[in-house]
Amino acid sequence: MRLGRIAAIVVRQYYLVRGSASRILPMFVWVAIDIVLWGFITKYLAALTGSGFHFVPALLGAVLLWDFLTRVMQGVTMAFFEDVWSRNFLNVFASPISVPEYLGGLVISSICTSSLGLGIMLLVATLAFGLSFFSYGVMLAPFLLILFLTGIALGITGTAIVLRLGPAAEWFVWPIPAVLSPFVGVFYPLSTLPYWMRAISHILPPSYVFEGMRAIVAGRGVIPVTLALGFGLAIAAILLACWFFFVVFRYAVRTGLIARYSAETVS
Amino acid sequence: MSIPVINPNGPVLAISQLCKSYGDNVAVDHISFHVGPNEIVGLLGPNGAGKTTTISMILGVLTPSSGSISIRDVDLSQQRSRALTCTNFAAVYAPLPGNLTIAENLRVFGMIYAVPDLSKRIEDLLKQFDLVRFRDTKCGVLSSGEQTRVCLAKAMLNRPQLLLLDEPTASLDPATARDIRTSIREFATSGTGGVLWTSHNMYEVQEVCNRVLFLARGRILLEGDPHTLPQEHGKENLEELFIAVARQPLKVEAN
Repeated sequence: MRLGRIAAIVVRQYYLVRGSASRILPMFVWVAIDIVLWGFITKYLAALTGSGFHFVPALLGAVLLWDFLTRVMQGVTMAFFEDVWSRNFLNVFASPISVPEYLGGLVISSICTSSLGLGIMLLVATLAFGLSFFSYGVMLAPFLLILFLTGIALGITGTAIVLRLGPAAEWFVWPIPAVLSPFVGVFYPLSTLPYWMRAISHILPPSYVFEGMRAIVAGRGVIPVTLALGFGLAIAAILLACWFFFVVFRYAVRTGLIARYSAETVS
Repeated sequence: MSIPVINPNGPVLAISQLCKSYGDNVAVDHISFHVGPNEIVGLLGPNGAGKTTTISMILGVLTPSSGSISIRDVDLSQQRSRALTCTNFAAVYAPLPGNLTIAENLRVFGMIYAVPDLSKRIEDLLKQFDLVRFRDTKCGVLSSGEQTRVCLAKAMLNRPQLLLLDEPTASLDPATARDIRTSIREFATSGTGGVLWTSHNMYEVQEVCNRVLFLARGRILLEGDPHTLPQEHGKENLEELFIAVARQPLKVEAN
Protein backbone atom coordinates (compact mmCIF):
# COMPACT_ATOMS: atom_id res chain seq x y z
CA MET A 1 0.00 0.00 0.00
CA ARG A 2 1.44 3.39 -1.01
CA LEU A 3 0.73 6.35 1.26
CA GLY A 4 1.11 8.74 -1.68
CA ARG A 5 -1.94 7.27 -3.40
CA ILE A 6 -4.01 7.47 -0.22
CA ALA A 7 -2.84 11.07 0.16
CA ALA A 8 -3.90 11.80 -3.43
CA ILE A 9 -7.55 11.03 -2.59
CA VAL A 10 -7.32 13.22 0.52
CA VAL A 11 -5.67 16.07 -1.41
CA ARG A 12 -8.37 15.81 -4.09
CA GLN A 13 -11.00 16.18 -1.36
CA TYR A 14 -9.13 19.14 0.12
CA TYR A 15 -9.02 20.87 -3.27
CA LEU A 16 -12.78 20.37 -3.65
CA VAL A 17 -13.69 21.54 -0.16
CA ARG A 18 -11.54 24.66 0.07
CA GLY A 19 -13.38 27.66 -1.21
CA SER A 20 -16.59 25.67 -1.79
CA ALA A 21 -19.32 26.92 0.54
CA SER A 22 -21.67 24.18 -0.62
CA ARG A 23 -19.19 21.60 0.69
CA ILE A 24 -17.97 23.42 3.82
CA LEU A 25 -21.35 24.50 5.27
CA PRO A 26 -22.96 21.03 5.39
CA MET A 27 -20.02 19.81 7.49
CA PHE A 28 -21.25 21.75 10.49
CA VAL A 29 -24.44 23.74 9.78
CA TRP A 30 -26.89 20.82 10.08
CA VAL A 31 -25.19 19.33 13.12
CA ALA A 32 -25.11 22.76 14.78
CA ILE A 33 -28.84 23.21 14.06
CA ASP A 34 -29.48 19.73 15.47
CA ILE A 35 -27.62 20.59 18.66
CA VAL A 36 -29.49 23.88 19.05
CA LEU A 37 -32.86 22.18 18.48
CA TRP A 38 -32.18 19.34 20.93
CA GLY A 39 -30.52 21.74 23.34
CA PHE A 40 -33.79 23.63 23.74
CA ILE A 41 -35.83 20.41 23.87
CA THR A 42 -33.67 19.14 26.76
CA LYS A 43 -33.99 22.48 28.55
CA TYR A 44 -37.76 22.38 28.14
CA LEU A 45 -38.00 18.76 29.33
CA ALA A 46 -35.82 19.50 32.34
CA ALA A 47 -38.04 22.47 33.29
CA LEU A 48 -41.23 20.51 32.65
CA THR A 49 -40.45 17.41 34.65
CA GLY A 50 -38.24 18.84 37.38
CA SER A 51 -37.32 15.24 38.17
CA GLY A 52 -33.62 15.89 38.55
CA PHE A 53 -32.88 13.60 35.62
CA HIS A 54 -29.81 14.79 33.71
CA PHE A 55 -31.41 15.55 30.35
CA VAL A 56 -28.45 17.42 28.91
CA PRO A 57 -25.87 14.62 29.01
CA ALA A 58 -28.50 11.93 28.35
CA LEU A 59 -30.34 13.50 25.40
CA LEU A 60 -28.09 16.21 24.04
CA GLY A 61 -25.03 14.01 24.48
CA ALA A 62 -26.82 11.21 22.63
CA VAL A 63 -27.72 13.55 19.76
CA LEU A 64 -24.13 14.72 19.55
CA LEU A 65 -22.72 11.20 19.51
CA TRP A 66 -25.25 10.03 16.92
CA ASP A 67 -24.57 13.06 14.72
CA PHE A 68 -20.86 12.23 14.97
CA LEU A 69 -21.49 8.74 13.60
CA THR A 70 -23.64 10.20 10.82
CA ARG A 71 -20.92 12.73 9.90
CA VAL A 72 -18.29 9.97 9.76
CA MET A 73 -20.47 7.90 7.44
CA GLN A 74 -21.23 10.88 5.23
CA GLY A 75 -17.55 11.84 5.17
CA VAL A 76 -16.79 8.54 3.44
CA THR A 77 -19.76 8.58 1.10
CA MET A 78 -19.37 12.26 0.13
CA ALA A 79 -15.73 11.71 -0.88
CA PHE A 80 -16.88 8.74 -2.97
CA PHE A 81 -19.78 10.67 -4.51
CA GLU A 82 -17.30 13.26 -5.80
CA ASP A 83 -16.00 10.57 -8.16
CA VAL A 84 -19.57 9.57 -9.06
CA TRP A 85 -20.67 13.13 -9.79
CA SER A 86 -17.58 14.01 -11.83
CA ARG A 87 -17.65 10.66 -13.70
CA ASN A 88 -14.11 10.01 -12.61
CA PHE A 89 -14.25 6.24 -12.06
CA LEU A 90 -12.39 5.36 -15.24
CA ASN A 91 -9.50 7.72 -14.50
CA VAL A 92 -9.22 6.51 -10.91
CA PHE A 93 -9.67 2.78 -11.34
CA ALA A 94 -7.57 2.57 -14.52
CA SER A 95 -4.67 3.91 -12.46
CA PRO A 96 -2.36 1.92 -10.15
CA ILE A 97 -4.44 2.80 -7.09
CA SER A 98 -5.69 -0.31 -5.30
CA VAL A 99 -9.08 -0.70 -3.61
CA PRO A 100 -7.55 -0.60 -0.07
CA GLU A 101 -5.67 2.60 -1.00
CA TYR A 102 -8.81 4.18 -2.42
CA LEU A 103 -10.89 3.24 0.63
CA GLY A 104 -8.05 4.45 2.88
CA GLY A 105 -8.22 7.84 1.17
CA LEU A 106 -11.99 8.02 1.70
CA VAL A 107 -11.60 7.13 5.39
CA ILE A 108 -8.91 9.74 6.04
CA SER A 109 -10.99 12.36 4.22
CA SER A 110 -13.84 11.43 6.53
CA ILE A 111 -11.64 11.74 9.63
CA CYS A 112 -10.79 15.31 8.61
CA THR A 113 -14.35 16.40 7.84
CA SER A 114 -16.03 14.62 10.77
CA SER A 115 -13.47 16.02 13.24
CA LEU A 116 -14.48 19.49 12.15
CA GLY A 117 -18.16 18.64 12.65
CA LEU A 118 -17.48 17.12 16.06
CA GLY A 119 -15.54 20.21 17.12
CA ILE A 120 -18.36 22.55 16.12
CA MET A 121 -20.98 20.37 17.85
CA LEU A 122 -18.94 20.28 21.05
CA LEU A 123 -18.48 24.02 20.93
CA VAL A 124 -22.21 24.76 20.53
CA ALA A 125 -23.32 22.11 23.04
CA THR A 126 -20.81 23.26 25.65
CA LEU A 127 -21.16 27.00 25.28
CA ALA A 128 -24.91 27.22 24.70
CA PHE A 129 -26.27 24.34 26.78
CA GLY A 130 -23.58 23.46 29.29
CA LEU A 131 -22.92 19.95 28.02
CA SER A 132 -19.60 18.69 29.33
CA PHE A 133 -18.19 15.64 27.68
CA PHE A 134 -16.00 15.24 30.72
CA SER A 135 -19.11 13.94 32.47
CA TYR A 136 -18.61 10.71 30.54
CA GLY A 137 -15.07 10.43 31.94
CA VAL A 138 -12.53 8.15 30.29
CA MET A 139 -15.33 6.26 28.56
CA LEU A 140 -15.64 9.06 26.01
CA ALA A 141 -12.67 7.72 24.00
CA PRO A 142 -14.06 4.18 23.50
CA PHE A 143 -17.52 5.64 22.84
CA LEU A 144 -16.19 7.82 20.05
CA LEU A 145 -13.99 5.02 18.70
CA ILE A 146 -16.87 2.56 18.41
CA LEU A 147 -19.09 5.16 16.75
CA PHE A 148 -16.27 6.17 14.41
CA LEU A 149 -15.63 2.59 13.33
CA THR A 150 -19.34 1.99 12.82
CA GLY A 151 -19.63 5.20 10.79
CA ILE A 152 -16.74 4.05 8.57
CA ALA A 153 -18.38 0.65 8.12
CA LEU A 154 -21.70 2.25 7.14
CA GLY A 155 -19.90 4.64 4.79
CA ILE A 156 -18.07 1.84 2.98
CA THR A 157 -21.30 -0.15 2.76
CA GLY A 158 -23.05 2.90 1.31
CA THR A 159 -20.36 3.39 -1.33
CA ALA A 160 -20.60 -0.27 -2.30
CA ILE A 161 -24.39 0.06 -2.70
CA VAL A 162 -23.98 3.09 -4.98
CA LEU A 163 -21.19 1.42 -6.94
CA ARG A 164 -23.42 -1.59 -7.54
CA LEU A 165 -26.75 0.15 -8.22
CA GLY A 166 -25.65 3.39 -9.86
CA PRO A 167 -25.67 7.11 -9.00
CA ALA A 168 -29.40 7.26 -8.26
CA ALA A 169 -28.91 4.78 -5.41
CA GLU A 170 -27.35 7.49 -3.26
CA TRP A 171 -30.85 8.00 -1.88
CA PHE A 172 -30.54 4.57 -0.27
CA VAL A 173 -27.46 5.80 1.58
CA TRP A 174 -28.63 9.04 3.22
CA PRO A 175 -31.34 7.44 5.43
CA ILE A 176 -29.15 4.59 6.73
CA PRO A 177 -28.50 6.29 10.14
CA ALA A 178 -32.18 7.16 10.52
CA VAL A 179 -33.15 3.55 9.83
CA LEU A 180 -30.68 2.27 12.43
CA SER A 181 -31.39 4.83 15.15
CA PRO A 182 -34.56 3.18 16.58
CA PHE A 183 -32.64 -0.09 17.01
CA VAL A 184 -29.56 1.32 18.77
CA GLY A 185 -31.52 3.15 21.47
CA VAL A 186 -30.12 6.64 20.95
CA PHE A 187 -32.76 8.20 23.21
CA TYR A 188 -34.15 5.31 25.24
CA PRO A 189 -32.93 2.14 26.96
CA LEU A 190 -32.94 -1.02 24.85
CA SER A 191 -35.32 -2.56 27.41
CA THR A 192 -37.99 -0.25 25.94
CA LEU A 193 -37.86 -2.16 22.65
CA PRO A 194 -39.83 -5.28 21.79
CA TYR A 195 -37.88 -8.51 21.80
CA TRP A 196 -37.31 -8.76 18.03
CA MET A 197 -35.91 -5.22 17.90
CA ARG A 198 -33.67 -5.91 20.88
CA ALA A 199 -32.27 -8.96 19.07
CA ILE A 200 -31.18 -6.66 16.25
CA SER A 201 -29.84 -4.09 18.72
CA HIS A 202 -27.43 -6.63 20.17
CA ILE A 203 -25.53 -6.92 16.87
CA LEU A 204 -25.32 -3.15 16.35
CA PRO A 205 -22.17 -1.66 17.97
CA PRO A 206 -23.68 1.80 18.78
CA SER A 207 -26.24 0.10 21.06
CA TYR A 208 -23.43 -0.59 23.53
CA VAL A 209 -22.30 3.03 23.41
CA PHE A 210 -25.72 4.50 24.19
CA GLU A 211 -26.45 1.94 26.90
CA GLY A 212 -23.05 2.76 28.42
CA MET A 213 -23.69 6.49 28.17
CA ARG A 214 -27.01 6.16 30.01
CA ALA A 215 -25.37 3.99 32.66
CA ILE A 216 -22.80 6.72 33.34
CA VAL A 217 -25.48 9.44 33.50
CA ALA A 218 -27.44 7.30 35.94
CA GLY A 219 -24.36 6.98 38.14
CA ARG A 220 -23.65 3.34 37.28
CA GLY A 221 -20.40 2.17 35.76
CA VAL A 222 -19.93 0.75 32.28
CA ILE A 223 -19.15 -2.95 32.19
CA PRO A 224 -15.86 -3.17 30.25
CA VAL A 225 -16.78 -6.51 28.66
CA THR A 226 -19.91 -4.93 27.18
CA LEU A 227 -17.88 -2.13 25.69
CA ALA A 228 -15.32 -4.62 24.39
CA LEU A 229 -18.17 -6.47 22.69
CA GLY A 230 -19.28 -3.25 21.03
CA PHE A 231 -15.72 -2.63 19.85
CA GLY A 232 -15.42 -6.18 18.52
CA LEU A 233 -18.70 -5.82 16.63
CA ALA A 234 -17.52 -2.50 15.16
CA ILE A 235 -14.32 -4.15 13.89
CA ALA A 236 -16.40 -6.99 12.45
CA ALA A 237 -18.67 -4.43 10.76
CA ILE A 238 -15.65 -2.76 9.10
CA LEU A 239 -14.31 -6.08 7.85
CA LEU A 240 -17.75 -7.04 6.55
CA ALA A 241 -18.15 -3.67 4.81
CA CYS A 242 -14.72 -3.97 3.14
CA TRP A 243 -15.54 -7.50 2.01
CA PHE A 244 -18.85 -6.24 0.57
CA PHE A 245 -17.06 -3.43 -1.30
CA PHE A 246 -14.50 -5.90 -2.73
CA VAL A 247 -17.28 -8.22 -3.92
CA VAL A 248 -19.13 -5.33 -5.58
CA PHE A 249 -15.91 -3.98 -7.12
CA ARG A 250 -15.05 -7.39 -8.55
CA TYR A 251 -18.56 -7.59 -10.00
CA ALA A 252 -18.17 -4.09 -11.50
CA VAL A 253 -14.86 -5.03 -13.13
CA ARG A 254 -16.13 -8.39 -14.37
CA THR A 255 -19.24 -6.94 -16.00
CA GLY A 256 -17.76 -3.68 -17.29
CA LEU A 257 -19.88 -1.57 -14.94
CA ILE A 258 -16.92 0.67 -14.04
CA ALA A 259 -16.38 1.58 -17.68
CA ARG A 260 -20.09 2.19 -18.29
CA TYR A 261 -21.12 3.48 -14.89
CA SER A 262 -23.50 6.16 -16.11
CA ALA A 263 -25.65 3.40 -17.60
CA GLU A 264 -26.29 2.23 -13.99
CA THR A 265 -26.67 -1.36 -15.16
CA VAL A 266 -24.92 -3.57 -17.66
CA SER A 267 -27.73 -6.05 -18.15
CA MET B 1 6.04 -1.44 -4.57
CA SER B 2 8.91 -1.91 -7.00
CA ILE B 3 9.04 -0.28 -10.41
CA PRO B 4 9.08 -2.90 -13.15
CA VAL B 5 12.56 -3.72 -14.44
CA ILE B 6 12.37 -2.76 -18.09
CA ASN B 7 13.77 -4.91 -20.85
CA PRO B 8 14.04 -2.27 -23.60
CA ASN B 9 13.88 -4.89 -26.33
CA GLY B 10 10.91 -6.83 -25.00
CA PRO B 11 7.32 -6.04 -25.97
CA VAL B 12 5.69 -3.16 -24.13
CA LEU B 13 2.32 -4.87 -24.36
CA ALA B 14 1.73 -8.54 -25.05
CA ILE B 15 -1.81 -9.84 -25.46
CA SER B 16 -2.49 -13.51 -25.89
CA GLN B 17 -5.80 -15.19 -26.77
CA LEU B 18 -7.77 -12.40 -25.13
CA CYS B 19 -11.48 -13.02 -24.98
CA LYS B 20 -14.44 -11.20 -23.44
CA SER B 21 -17.97 -12.45 -23.65
CA TYR B 22 -21.22 -11.36 -22.04
CA GLY B 23 -23.34 -14.49 -22.00
CA ASP B 24 -23.62 -15.57 -25.64
CA ASN B 25 -22.39 -12.22 -26.95
CA VAL B 26 -18.68 -12.34 -27.73
CA ALA B 27 -17.24 -8.80 -27.67
CA VAL B 28 -13.59 -9.78 -28.10
CA ASP B 29 -12.79 -13.15 -29.60
CA HIS B 30 -9.38 -14.64 -28.81
CA ILE B 31 -7.19 -11.83 -30.10
CA SER B 32 -3.41 -11.82 -29.80
CA PHE B 33 -1.07 -8.96 -30.58
CA HIS B 34 1.81 -6.98 -29.17
CA VAL B 35 3.12 -3.43 -29.09
CA GLY B 36 6.87 -3.10 -29.32
CA PRO B 37 9.16 -0.39 -27.95
CA ASN B 38 9.08 2.86 -29.94
CA GLU B 39 6.10 1.54 -31.86
CA ILE B 40 2.74 3.20 -32.47
CA VAL B 41 0.12 0.59 -33.23
CA GLY B 42 -3.27 1.63 -34.57
CA LEU B 43 -6.30 -0.34 -33.42
CA LEU B 44 -8.91 0.24 -36.12
CA GLY B 45 -12.42 -0.97 -36.64
CA PRO B 46 -16.05 0.06 -36.97
CA ASN B 47 -18.13 1.06 -33.96
CA GLY B 48 -18.82 -1.98 -31.80
CA ALA B 49 -15.82 -3.89 -33.16
CA GLY B 50 -14.36 -4.39 -29.67
CA LYS B 51 -11.70 -1.64 -29.56
CA THR B 52 -12.89 0.04 -26.36
CA THR B 53 -13.55 -3.35 -24.75
CA THR B 54 -9.95 -4.31 -25.53
CA ILE B 55 -8.63 -1.03 -24.11
CA SER B 56 -10.79 -1.40 -20.99
CA MET B 57 -9.28 -4.84 -20.38
CA ILE B 58 -5.74 -3.49 -20.84
CA LEU B 59 -6.55 -0.73 -18.32
CA GLY B 60 -7.72 -3.27 -15.77
CA VAL B 61 -11.29 -1.95 -15.54
CA LEU B 62 -12.75 -4.99 -17.29
CA THR B 63 -11.83 -8.57 -16.48
CA PRO B 64 -11.19 -10.76 -19.53
CA SER B 65 -13.16 -13.98 -19.85
CA SER B 66 -9.90 -15.67 -20.83
CA GLY B 67 -6.45 -14.88 -22.15
CA SER B 68 -3.60 -12.84 -20.77
CA ILE B 69 -2.32 -9.26 -20.79
CA SER B 70 1.29 -8.44 -19.94
CA ILE B 71 2.63 -4.91 -19.70
CA ARG B 72 6.42 -4.92 -19.70
CA ASP B 73 6.38 -8.59 -18.71
CA VAL B 74 4.11 -7.87 -15.72
CA ASP B 75 0.93 -9.95 -15.78
CA LEU B 76 -1.97 -7.54 -15.33
CA SER B 77 -4.23 -10.10 -13.66
CA GLN B 78 -1.57 -11.00 -11.09
CA GLN B 79 0.03 -7.60 -10.39
CA ARG B 80 -2.50 -4.99 -11.41
CA SER B 81 -1.00 -2.00 -9.59
CA ARG B 82 2.53 -2.79 -10.75
CA ALA B 83 1.46 -3.18 -14.37
CA LEU B 84 -0.59 0.03 -14.36
CA THR B 85 2.23 2.04 -12.76
CA CYS B 86 3.90 2.14 -16.17
CA THR B 87 0.68 2.62 -18.16
CA ASN B 88 -1.52 5.63 -18.82
CA PHE B 89 -4.33 6.61 -21.14
CA ALA B 90 -6.39 9.39 -22.64
CA ALA B 91 -9.87 8.87 -24.02
CA VAL B 92 -12.63 11.18 -25.18
CA TYR B 93 -15.06 9.45 -22.82
CA ALA B 94 -12.87 9.93 -19.72
CA PRO B 95 -12.43 13.67 -19.13
CA LEU B 96 -10.76 14.77 -15.92
CA PRO B 97 -13.03 16.13 -13.15
CA GLY B 98 -14.41 19.48 -14.27
CA ASN B 99 -14.57 20.85 -10.72
CA LEU B 100 -10.77 20.82 -10.27
CA THR B 101 -8.28 23.10 -11.99
CA ILE B 102 -5.76 21.70 -14.45
CA ALA B 103 -2.93 22.03 -11.92
CA GLU B 104 -5.00 20.33 -9.21
CA ASN B 105 -5.98 17.45 -11.48
CA LEU B 106 -2.40 16.92 -12.59
CA ARG B 107 -1.18 17.00 -8.99
CA VAL B 108 -3.76 14.45 -7.80
CA PHE B 109 -3.04 12.04 -10.65
CA GLY B 110 0.70 12.68 -10.35
CA MET B 111 0.47 11.52 -6.74
CA ILE B 112 -1.53 8.45 -7.74
CA TYR B 113 1.10 7.55 -10.35
CA ALA B 114 3.92 8.39 -7.88
CA VAL B 115 5.56 10.81 -10.34
CA PRO B 116 8.96 11.97 -9.04
CA ASP B 117 9.64 15.73 -8.90
CA LEU B 118 5.95 16.29 -9.59
CA SER B 119 5.89 20.10 -9.55
CA LYS B 120 8.49 20.33 -12.30
CA ARG B 121 6.78 17.60 -14.31
CA ILE B 122 3.49 19.49 -14.14
CA GLU B 123 5.17 22.71 -15.32
CA ASP B 124 6.83 20.89 -18.21
CA LEU B 125 3.55 19.35 -19.32
CA LEU B 126 1.67 22.64 -19.04
CA LYS B 127 4.23 24.13 -21.42
CA GLN B 128 4.30 21.12 -23.73
CA PHE B 129 0.52 21.14 -24.21
CA ASP B 130 0.19 24.93 -24.25
CA LEU B 131 -1.85 24.98 -21.04
CA VAL B 132 0.17 27.42 -18.92
CA ARG B 133 -2.45 30.18 -19.10
CA PHE B 134 -5.16 27.73 -18.00
CA ARG B 135 -3.18 26.34 -15.05
CA ASP B 136 -5.70 27.57 -12.45
CA THR B 137 -8.78 27.20 -14.64
CA LYS B 138 -11.31 24.53 -13.77
CA CYS B 139 -11.35 21.80 -16.39
CA GLY B 140 -15.12 21.99 -16.72
CA VAL B 141 -15.00 25.43 -18.33
CA LEU B 142 -12.36 24.55 -20.92
CA SER B 143 -13.24 23.95 -24.56
CA SER B 144 -13.37 20.32 -25.66
CA GLY B 145 -10.02 20.73 -27.42
CA GLU B 146 -8.41 22.16 -24.29
CA GLN B 147 -9.87 19.34 -22.21
CA THR B 148 -8.37 16.85 -24.61
CA ARG B 149 -4.97 18.47 -24.16
CA VAL B 150 -5.37 18.23 -20.37
CA CYS B 151 -6.19 14.52 -20.69
CA LEU B 152 -3.08 14.05 -22.82
CA ALA B 153 -0.98 15.92 -20.25
CA LYS B 154 -2.34 13.60 -17.55
CA ALA B 155 -1.61 10.60 -19.80
CA MET B 156 2.02 11.69 -20.11
CA LEU B 157 2.49 12.46 -16.38
CA ASN B 158 4.26 9.23 -15.46
CA ARG B 159 6.21 8.91 -18.74
CA PRO B 160 4.32 5.66 -19.37
CA GLN B 161 5.85 2.66 -21.02
CA LEU B 162 2.45 1.90 -22.52
CA LEU B 163 0.31 4.80 -23.66
CA LEU B 164 -3.28 4.03 -24.66
CA LEU B 165 -5.01 6.68 -26.72
CA ASP B 166 -8.67 6.27 -27.65
CA GLU B 167 -9.42 8.83 -30.39
CA PRO B 168 -7.09 11.40 -28.82
CA THR B 169 -7.52 14.04 -31.53
CA ALA B 170 -11.27 13.63 -32.10
CA SER B 171 -12.18 17.08 -30.79
CA LEU B 172 -9.09 19.03 -31.83
CA ASP B 173 -8.73 21.55 -34.64
CA PRO B 174 -6.37 20.45 -37.43
CA ALA B 175 -3.44 22.59 -36.24
CA THR B 176 -3.65 21.38 -32.65
CA ALA B 177 -4.19 17.81 -33.80
CA ARG B 178 -0.98 18.02 -35.82
CA ASP B 179 0.94 19.32 -32.77
CA ILE B 180 -0.46 16.51 -30.66
CA ARG B 181 0.52 13.91 -33.25
CA THR B 182 4.02 15.36 -33.25
CA SER B 183 4.18 15.18 -29.44
CA ILE B 184 3.07 11.58 -29.41
CA ARG B 185 5.50 10.61 -32.15
CA GLU B 186 8.29 12.24 -30.16
CA PHE B 187 7.14 10.34 -27.07
CA ALA B 188 7.27 7.04 -28.96
CA THR B 189 10.66 7.63 -30.56
CA SER B 190 12.47 9.23 -27.64
CA GLY B 191 12.04 6.66 -24.87
CA THR B 192 11.41 2.93 -24.69
CA GLY B 193 7.62 3.15 -24.59
CA GLY B 194 4.97 2.19 -27.10
CA VAL B 195 1.55 3.50 -28.03
CA LEU B 196 -1.75 1.80 -28.81
CA TRP B 197 -3.89 4.29 -30.73
CA THR B 198 -7.50 4.10 -31.88
CA SER B 199 -8.85 6.57 -34.39
CA HIS B 200 -11.42 6.85 -37.13
CA ASN B 201 -9.27 9.35 -38.98
CA MET B 202 -7.45 7.20 -41.52
CA TYR B 203 -5.23 10.06 -42.67
CA GLU B 204 -4.01 10.44 -39.11
CA VAL B 205 -3.50 6.70 -38.68
CA GLN B 206 -1.43 6.54 -41.86
CA GLU B 207 0.65 9.50 -40.70
CA VAL B 208 1.30 8.30 -37.18
CA CYS B 209 1.11 4.52 -36.89
CA ASN B 210 3.91 2.08 -37.65
CA ARG B 211 1.48 -0.82 -37.77
CA VAL B 212 -2.30 -1.22 -37.77
CA LEU B 213 -4.68 -3.93 -36.60
CA PHE B 214 -8.16 -4.12 -38.12
CA LEU B 215 -10.71 -5.35 -35.63
CA ALA B 216 -14.24 -6.41 -36.59
CA ARG B 217 -16.76 -8.43 -34.61
CA GLY B 218 -14.18 -8.88 -31.87
CA ARG B 219 -11.54 -10.45 -34.10
CA ILE B 220 -8.36 -9.15 -35.71
CA LEU B 221 -8.94 -9.49 -39.44
CA LEU B 222 -5.90 -7.69 -40.83
CA GLU B 223 -2.55 -6.52 -39.57
CA GLY B 224 0.25 -4.67 -41.31
CA ASP B 225 1.93 -1.46 -42.41
CA PRO B 226 -0.71 1.24 -42.95
CA HIS B 227 1.17 2.46 -46.03
CA THR B 228 1.20 -0.87 -47.87
CA LEU B 229 -1.80 -2.72 -46.41
CA PRO B 230 -4.45 -1.11 -48.69
CA GLN B 231 -2.61 -2.11 -51.88
CA GLU B 232 -2.04 -5.62 -50.55
CA HIS B 233 -5.82 -5.97 -50.38
CA GLY B 234 -6.61 -4.23 -53.66
CA LYS B 235 -7.73 -0.93 -52.13
CA GLU B 236 -6.60 2.55 -52.97
CA ASN B 237 -6.16 3.81 -49.46
CA LEU B 238 -6.67 2.99 -45.80
CA GLU B 239 -10.14 4.54 -45.69
CA GLU B 240 -11.40 2.27 -48.47
CA LEU B 241 -9.90 -0.71 -46.72
CA PHE B 242 -11.59 0.37 -43.48
CA ILE B 243 -14.97 0.60 -45.23
CA ALA B 244 -14.49 -2.82 -46.79
CA VAL B 245 -13.63 -4.32 -43.40
CA ALA B 246 -16.60 -2.64 -41.77
CA ARG B 247 -19.11 -3.73 -44.44
CA GLN B 248 -17.83 -7.12 -45.49
CA PRO B 249 -15.53 -8.43 -42.77
CA LEU B 250 -15.93 -12.07 -43.81
CA LYS B 251 -14.91 -11.30 -47.38
CA VAL B 252 -11.84 -9.36 -46.28
CA GLU B 253 -10.88 -12.14 -43.87
CA ALA B 254 -11.16 -14.72 -46.68
CA ASN B 255 -8.78 -12.65 -48.84
